[in-house]
Amino acid sequence: MAEALIQTTGLVKEYLVGEQTVAALRGVSVSIEKSEFVAVMGPSGSGKSTFMNLIGCLDSPTRGHYVLAGEKISALSGDALAAIRNQRIGFVFQQFNLLPRTSALDNVELPLLYGGVPAAERHERAKKRLAEVGLADRMDHHPAQLSGGQQQRTAIARALINNPVLILADEPTGALDSRTSLEVMALLQKLNRDGMTVVIVTHERDIAAFARRNIHFRDGLVVEDHPVQKINDAEAMLRQAGAPAAVA
Amino acid sequence: MDLLATLRIALRALKVNKLRSILTMLGIIIGVGAVITMIAVGGGAQARVEEQIKSLGSNLMIIIPGSTTSGGVRLGGSSAQTLTEDDAWAITREVREVQVSAPSSRGSGQIVAGNNNWSTVIQGVTPEYLEVRDWPIVSGRGFEPQEVTSAGKVALIGQSVAKQLFGDADPVDQQVRIRKVPFTIVGMLDKKGQSMMGQDQDDVILVPLTTARNRLFGNPQGKLRRVGVISVKVRDGQNMKEAEDRIRELMRQRHKLQPGADDDFTIRNLTEILQAQEASSKVLTLLLAAVASVSLLVGGIGIMNIMLVSVTERTREIGLRMAVGARANDILKQFLVEAVTLSLIGGLLGIALGLGGSLAIGEFAGWRTSLSPESVVLAVGFAAAIGIFFGFYPARKASRLSPIEALRYE
Repeated sequence: MAEALIQTTGLVKEYLVGEQTVAALRGVSVSIEKSEFVAVMGPSGSGKSTFMNLIGCLDSPTRGHYVLAGEKISALSGDALAAIRNQRIGFVFQQFNLLPRTSALDNVELPLLYGGVPAAERHERAKKRLAEVGLADRMDHHPAQLSGGQQQRTAIARALINNPVLILADEPTGALDSRTSLEVMALLQKLNRDGMTVVIVTHERDIAAFARRNIHFRDGLVVEDHPVQKINDAEAMLRQAGAPAAVA
Repeated sequence: MDLLATLRIALRALKVNKLRSILTMLGIIIGVGAVITMIAVGGGAQARVEEQIKSLGSNLMIIIPGSTTSGGVRLGGSSAQTLTEDDAWAITREVREVQVSAPSSRGSGQIVAGNNNWSTVIQGVTPEYLEVRDWPIVSGRGFEPQEVTSAGKVALIGQSVAKQLFGDADPVDQQVRIRKVPFTIVGMLDKKGQSMMGQDQDDVILVPLTTARNRLFGNPQGKLRRVGVISVKVRDGQNMKEAEDRIRELMRQRHKLQPGADDDFTIRNLTEILQAQEASSKVLTLLLAAVASVSLLVGGIGIMNIMLVSVTERTREIGLRMAVGARANDILKQFLVEAVTLSLIGGLLGIALGLGGSLAIGEFAGWRTSLSPESVVLAVGFAAAIGIFFGFYPARKASRLSPIEALRYE
């Protein structure tokens, strides 16, 4: 357990709504090893997004501890959290969140800009990442000129640019059709096979089935935590995509 | 994040909303333009007064005879002939504050040179007069002492008269006839320009005081050696008011006036009048600049308004930047640089407008304008300061957003 990449102990997050305190998380202890592929599931209001924000260092817990790669996160200041997000974590969002009217290359470079990497190195690394996600010929395109799948792949390239220890994807296929969803999941599975730790939040069972482990949230608590019995292989499903019925 | 990258982001953001950026800048452009133009107009007025002070001679006072009453009728100023040459010498001698004083008498007459003639002011002066008026000779020489004592027929010519009589030729050593008396011109005076009353001060010819008295104006009371005006130059750094009081005291004593009796002379402190004018033109400049600054301020509020809109519009972008590692400071810097870029570009365009504006006012209204580099630097510095001041609140608002809420913002 000491070697776990993510280790949370009794995480509590409370919000003040009016004069009432509402607990979004009520004591969550989870440990995620390196190179795992975890899908966090649960209905809306279950606390899964709050959990995601906490392990993504976007927010601090009210109580409890969070250790990421041996570093005690719950004690850090805002700027230190920003540095952790910059260096250790890659985010993928449902709405892609690419900067409009900005080339794919510049979008991918963005985290390096805040990491203080010199311009020449930024270009070099961003080009390499874009090539890895199969967008070598789309570098100068603006998000509006890219398809949904291409935009999400650009976002994944951006998430990967700083060689993070963790990819956090919040409903990464929520805005995509089923075929491009498969493409994106195939990419995430490939990254995981290469050793990357991936955590996704989803409410779709068939998307969760691409992960190796599912964690279910309800009312701010973990109610179920199990390995996936039959893992879907996105790449294999893509190969069958010649028959449209295969893509459910 | 380095400043250059921040600047590039700012420029890109401004380019995305071109029309909006230009309209926002317009407030600053007009503000800076107005400040520069108004300071130029005020500066022009000030420069004009300063020039008049210079042409008058510094620290100048003049003493003219007072009025007389003739059969119950009070005649105007200078109607009495109360000043004498000796009064002038006494003032130089006895009033410590005075550097030099010069008696002079004034008349007018026709001057003839060859085929040309010209009616002008004839002034009888002593060599001290040129010192009092700070009036150098540009060619030839001044009066020799024995020319003054022996009423020599020599004259110094003003530039306007020289132009009328001799055109561009050198008037020195030329012969002229003043009131039919032949004179030799020994020197030409420097150009003085207009007086504060708008008179051409170069339309004058100077002759020795004795010559004027004995050969030109006649001499009703020769023994007393009456003069029309005594010009006094006070030493630098001396209090003009005190000097005036001393001179008054001395003159009353010399003219044997009883306590309570009116002065039979008037002292005019011309420099003081002009200095008052100068001060008022300075106030005018300040007032104009202040009014113009209001438009600059309004421009600044425009920037704040647009930056607030921009922060709201780009909330998700801010959230994303924070998620990928931007610190609060990076966000603050980004929006601050954007606001300052907006106001600085506006400021630079405003300089162009200000230059054009002051040239146009000079051209069409005929006002004199004087552009000072300080006002340009000041206006642009002010514009930048406004960018920082009015950009700070929106930028801080952006930097204080919570990344989660910003990312979720619709």
